[in-house]
Amino acid sequence: MKPGHGELLIAEGDIEVAEDEERLVEEFRQQLDAGLWAAVPVADPQGRRESLMVRSFEEIPRDAERVIFFPRAAGGH
Amino acid sequence: MVLLALAATAIVAIALLSDLIVPRMDELWRQMRARRKKVPTFLYDPGRERRAEQRARALLRSCVNDEEWAMYRDLGFIRVWGSQADGPHEGGGTGGAPYAYLIYPHRPIVAYLAQTHRLLGEYCVAFPDETRPYGSARLPDSDDALAKWMALTADERRLIATANMHLPGRQLDPDQVRRDLWRLSQWERRRMREAADGSPATGPRATG
Repeated sequence: MKPGHGELLIAEGDIEVAEDEERLVEEFRQQLDAGLWAAVPVADPQGRRESLMVRSFEEIPRDAERVIFFPRAAGGH
Repeated sequence: MVLLALAATAIVAIALLSDLIVPRMDELWRQMRARRKKVPTFLYDPGRERRAEQRARALLRSCVNDEEWAMYRDLGFIRVWGSQADGPHEGGGTGGAPYAYLIYPHRPIVAYLAQTHRLLGEYCVAFPDETRPYGSARLPDSDDALAKWMALTADERRLIATANMHLPGRQLDPDQVRRDLWRLSQWERRRMREAADGSPATGPRATG
């Protein structure tokens, strides 16, 4: 998510391909180092949607279709 | 001789006035330099903002469930049920009563008791992007709503701890929030009726 733009594709690849995974890990780290939060939208068996915050690449479910990065929350006015 | 006296007088006068003149000249010089200095300006581009909001709405729709999307589309906010046993914050216990949040874009999150509609508090939270890639630190409306939804559904306690909590009424008119809760109940009844009848759920669409 970016102000003035909305959704931006940062990287995509197949987690089962070593080269892709390496690139995805690198991008993931860069986004977190830039101060962004990472979330994975998930659905439970009852169809309820929620989000899973991930702090490391290993926490991302292997079957996740995408990870969404967004600015870190801060207290507002 | 007279000329010399006049010159000396002039020098003394300038010396005496220098305390007044020099700061003024310095100020004028700085103002002139400031006017000439190129400051990067980011013009508001309504087309870009509209496209950003369209992308944000598509992303939001792909993340939340059908009911939440329809709620946002029709009413302009999303309800998220609270999951803490004793309410959203310490000291403001709900006694185990169910509570929920209303997520509005770029406005505080409102917590309320589900049964009585008693407002519990306003939680002010922002997601500023200080890199300002397109000149603004403000996410599109639907991205802001999605960021709140993700943070709230993933880690309610963390988001509420991050937010600045205020009593109801600080930013949002409590009467307006109660009207929104009434609209929500009407909207849910209509959806249930339409689901029972098998007719498609329709309603007033939010703009944007």
